[in-house]
This record gives sequence, C-alpha cells and structure tokens, in this order.
Amino acid sequence: MSNNLFNRVWDLHKVSSLSETMDQLFIGLHLVHEVTSPQAFQALRERNLSVLYPERTIATVDHIVPTQDQRIRPFADSMAEQMLAAIEINSQEFGVQFFGLGSESQGIVHIVGPENGITQPGMTIACGDSHTSTHGAFGAIAFGIGTSQVRDVLASQTLALERLKVRKIEVSGSRSSGVYAKDIILKIIAELGVMGGIGYAYEYTGEAIASLSMEERMTICNMSIEGGARIGYVNPDQTTIDYLRGRPFSPEGAAFDKAVKFWQDIASDERSTYDDIYQFDINSLGPMVTWGITPGQAISVEDTLPIVSETSESEREVAKKAYEHMGFSEGQKLLGTPIDVAFIGSCTNGRISDLQEVADVVKGRKIASTVTGLVVPGSQKVKKEAEARGLDRIFTEAGFQWRDAGCSMCLAMNPDKLTGRQLCASSSNRNFIGRQGAPKGRTLLMSPAMVAAAALSGAIADVREII
Amino acid sequence: MDTNKIIVKEVSGTVLPLKGNDIDTDRIIPARFLRSITFEGLGEQVFCDERFDQAGNPLDHPFNHESYRGAKILVVNQNFGCGSSREHAPQAIMRFGIEAIIGESFAEIFAGNCTSLGIPVLTASIAEIEALQAHAQENPSEEFVVDISHPHITYGARTIALQINDAAKQALLNGTWDSLETLLQERQNIAATAAKLPYISSFPYPQSTG
Ligand code: SF4
Repeated sequence: MSNNLFNRVWDLHKVSSLSETMDQLFIGLHLVHEVTSPQAFQALRERNLSVLYPERTIATVDHIVPTQDQRIRPFADSMAEQMLAAIEINSQEFGVQFFGLGSESQGIVHIVGPENGITQPGMTIACGDSHTSTHGAFGAIAFGIGTSQVRDVLASQTLALERLKVRKIEVSGSRSSGVYAKDIILKIIAELGVMGGIGYAYEYTGEAIASLSMEERMTICNMSIEGGARIGYVNPDQTTIDYLRGRPFSPEGAAFDKAVKFWQDIASDERSTYDDIYQFDINSLGPMVTWGITPGQAISVEDTLPIVSETSESEREVAKKAYEHMGFSEGQKLLGTPIDVAFIGSCTNGRISDLQEVADVVKGRKIASTVTGLVVPGSQKVKKEAEARGLDRIFTEAGFQWRDAGCSMCLAMNPDKLTGRQLCASSSNRNFIGRQGAPKGRTLLMSPAMVAAAALSGAIADVREII
Repeated sequence: MDTNKIIVKEVSGTVLPLKGNDIDTDRIIPARFLRSITFEGLGEQVFCDERFDQAGNPLDHPFNHESYRGAKILVVNQNFGCGSSREHAPQAIMRFGIEAIIGESFAEIFAGNCTSLGIPVLTASIAEIEALQAHAQENPSEEFVVDISHPHITYGARTIALQINDAAKQALLNGTWDSLETLLQERQNIAATAAKLPYISSFPYPQSTG
C-alpha cells in the first residue's frame, strides 16, 4: 500500500486541520487573471491586508482582451478597459508579477504557466478559473477557485479544503490517425458523465497517456472539470522532465537535478492505491463531436444522434433541452451539417501543436466561403512560434483570420462572438447555451483537426477522410 | 465589508422552484456580465438570457414570476452550477434575494463558493426535491423553514430531512464561513509549511525571470 501522487502532494502542503474533514492547504502557485480577481484585491484593501507570497503569485490578462488591434488603449469596450486597468494597478500595488499586454509572456493563464516552466510537478496550484485543472498535466494538484478563495490565497497563501477521492483512469491502446487527445477526453466525459467526477481527482494513466506529449496531456487535464472532476493529473515522467528543461522559470544546473529527484519521488507508483479505477481502451476510438449543450453530449462523428426515449432517465430532460436549442433531430447524422464559424483556440487547444495540426490539414486548401474561420493563438509565445514556422501564412492563405492571443470566442467576453443562431465548430471546452456570446448561438466541440476539416468542407466532416 | 462571524442557523421564506438538470454558470450569469470590477448589479442580471428576449421583454421564467417574488429558498435539480468557477453565479443568485439553495446535487466549485458567501447548499433525493418543487408551485406564498443544525425543511405539517456537507455546516453554524480570519491565524504554520517545500527551499524560481 502506498499513497498516490494526489495524497502525497496534499500531505506535503497541509498547514493544519481546520475540522474533521477540512484541511488548510498551502498553495505553491497562485495564478491570477482580470475577471475573478478585482473584487479579491479590493477585499484585501478593505481589510488592510497585503499579498503574503507575492513571489508565488503571477498575473496575466486573457479573457477580455481584443484579438485585433490588441495594443490600442484605451479599449473600445470601456468595461474591458476598466478591468485591464484594475489588474495593472492591483499587481503593481501588491507587488505581483504581471504579464500584461506588451509582455512577451502574456496569454491565456493556463498556457502561460506551463510554457514558461512556472507550472511544475508536485505543486499545489490555484486560480480563479475552473480550467486550472490543465496544470495537472505536470503532476501538480491544480484546481479552480471562486473569488472569495482568490482573496484567501492572496492574503494567506492557503485555502480551506476537503480532500478529494482519487479515481485512476487507465487508458490503454493506441490512437488511429485522425484521433487526438481531445477525442480521448470527450469520450471519457461521455462515458463517465458530466457529474461522474464530482468528489474526485482524476489520475490519467496507462500506455495511451504515457505516449502523449505534454501539450496533449494538458488538453486532457483541461477538460477534467467538464466531467465534474475539479482536478485531473498525469504523473510526471521523462516527457515532463524534457519539457521543463530550459524554460524561463525552470530550475537550472544542479537545482534542476534536485527538482527531477523530487518530481520522480512524488509520482504514484505500482503500489499506489485508489478509491476507484476506470479502464478504457482507445484502439477503436474515432473522432468525437458534441451535439448538445453539455460536453458529455458527444458522439463519434460517424454515429447518429441519440433517441431521447432510449437514453437513461436522468439524461432525458437535458437531451430534450439540447434538441430544442440545437435544432437537430433525433437519429440524424451530424456529418454534413453546415457550419457558420470555425474557431481554433482556447486553453484546451490553443497551443503550438494544435495550430500545427490545423496547419497540416489546411495547408494549400481553402476554407468554404460560407465559413468564418478564426485562429487565435493561446499566448504571445505561441503566436511568435507559429509565425516563425510560417503557420500564420498557411492560415490566412486558407481563408482563416489570424488573431492576437487571448481567450476570444471560447467565452466571448471580448468582441469575438457568435451572432444569432450561428453554428460554430470549436476547439474550445464548453458548449453551454450562450457560451460563445449569442444567447441562441450553437457550439459543437471537437479536436482542432476536426474543426479544420469542417471549415474546409463548410460542414461537419470526418478528418480521417482528408488527411 | 466585514462579513465575519455571522452565524447561519436557519433560513425561512417562500420557495422558488427552478427545474432542470445541469444548469451551468453561463446560464446563471452570462459571461458578458462579468465585465466589471465589482459584483454590483448581478442580481438583476441573473439568468438574463432565459428571462428576457433580445428586445428585453420578460419571458416565462420562474425568476420572473410575480408569485415567487421575494422568495428566499431556491429549489433546483441535478448538477446545478456546473461549469466555470465564477463566484458571480452565487453572487447573482444571492443578490437576487436567495439565502439558501436546495437541490438533488451541485457542482463542487459552485457549492464551495456558496458556502464562502454564507449561503447554505443542501441536498435531498430526486423524489423529495420534485415533491418540494410541486408543492411550492401550487403554494407559492407558503413559508418554508430550512434548519441547518439538524438539516431539514418544514412546510405545513411536513418535514423533509436534508443533507449538508459537514464542513460547510460547521462553518455556517460557527460563523466561520468567511474563512480568511481562520486561515490567517496559522501564520507560523504557513511559513513552516512553505519552508519545507523543495520547490521553495531548494530549487525556487530563478530571481531574474520576467
Ligand atoms: S480559454 Fe476559455 S476556458 Fe480557457 S481560460 Fe479562457 S475562457 Fe476560460
């Protein structure tokens, strides 16, 4: 019997027991962005408190930034301008490092942390954002918090938390061509349900996970929260170590060797025990597409949509609501359904490998004239690297718009929005009603390559047929 | 805003039944209303895209019904509050006037955010929730009483036992749901814990970054 990574990290960071079930946990890294932090900084001011560990706190701006003419201040949207000004003032006043517009490290908070080596194995990481689970790809215990908790971490570097149970998700088999990390996680959510992970941290393991790159692991951990799990992680291994070597915030020289030792020791091993185990094979997995209004409503692209009366009783009400909103019919195929917008980006799929996959699909081809295509790099560094590789030219020649870094149409707090009932093929993580900025707008989640295929044909297509 | 040490033992008032599973935070408060540096005004914007049409005319929605006006107890179904971590969601519900939420089940971050604001979140079985919702629909002006210490809800002669997370219950009953004071009392232990973390003591972030 032996602890798993989750419990080892927890024990290491435990400050005190607050009650029988509640622990006070030290937070090794606090990531901050402009949407969920202004009220927290204000609460500190009102209580005359400072940020306890400013050197463990890093801020950036991502949700509200325009992706065109990004550096022109003030922003056309005065509310967005006010939010940017607030985080600029707050980080300065409280001594927090801020990757603002103009910084070469600005970008979506969950992309910035990993690519700079700020995110490391064995840490506890909190951020006022549910997709903080992304950072679990490094073997960190990373989770989203609300604004009152952002205040707690700023002032005390700790949180009052209950320990979660751990479910080992063992993924075997290997991917066929045209199948990506996004398809694996969409399948897991479809199988275990959007509530399946409540009360659990997910440990993703097995040969299929071991063979994934760090960026692919991030895609999987990112969407843990869509399956109800606040935390998802992968044990650190050689892939993790190789990724972290030489990043700006990574340790160097002898310190790096010490770090590697710690990272290896903290990982789960063969004797680790779990509260639950789920096994799953991806040999026959095909590209997945969501059709409804929760990320769990997903099918394999060649399948037909479910018949409501054949679904389980607890799913029926949401299935009906989904059909009402999406305007699809029971039993129809999604293949061939015309789309209006193709969105590539977000903390799920806005990294350089995602953009490379899209470029590989669209190179030398043109997207349908009926489709508005948007490629939004997840960070300034992703943007720079993509341009160095000439991907921006491939995109624009194919008819996509090449934008500046930010969250963009993942949640449409900036000017990038769907209009009316537009149908969007999206590489993001949520298909909730209204998520992409139009109350009646509709979202189909899929891998970036599948978005590319849909953009090219103007309708939902099977990427395996064109690569 | 010193909200500390307010004990939450009981909530009484009328019930607002809101049916539907997987009601996510984007529906509770659409993202465009997060473009603000305060939580003010969220009470009017709660469920905005379901309560009003594009022209701003009210639609048929429980949060618009005259008969539920002034309700303090929201009764919902399964996986309520899934999606983003935005505290704007419970803030909007609270600022609308709701003081307790009862449902079949809740998303974790949402439930935690509610506790941080002193809003009790309690659960009951599907059948009990549906009975409660039906009763409130037929008797919208009836007073219900939610008791936190021996968690239950009473209406008329009926009593339904409720479940509440133990830690949340203690925090509400002790008035420590605003956790910051409690956390700050451990300053020495915080420093001691930090000092033994290898990534702080033996291979910290390089000084020159950024
Ligand atoms: S890209 Fe989307 S999901 Fe990710 S942090 Fe931004 S808004 Fe949230």
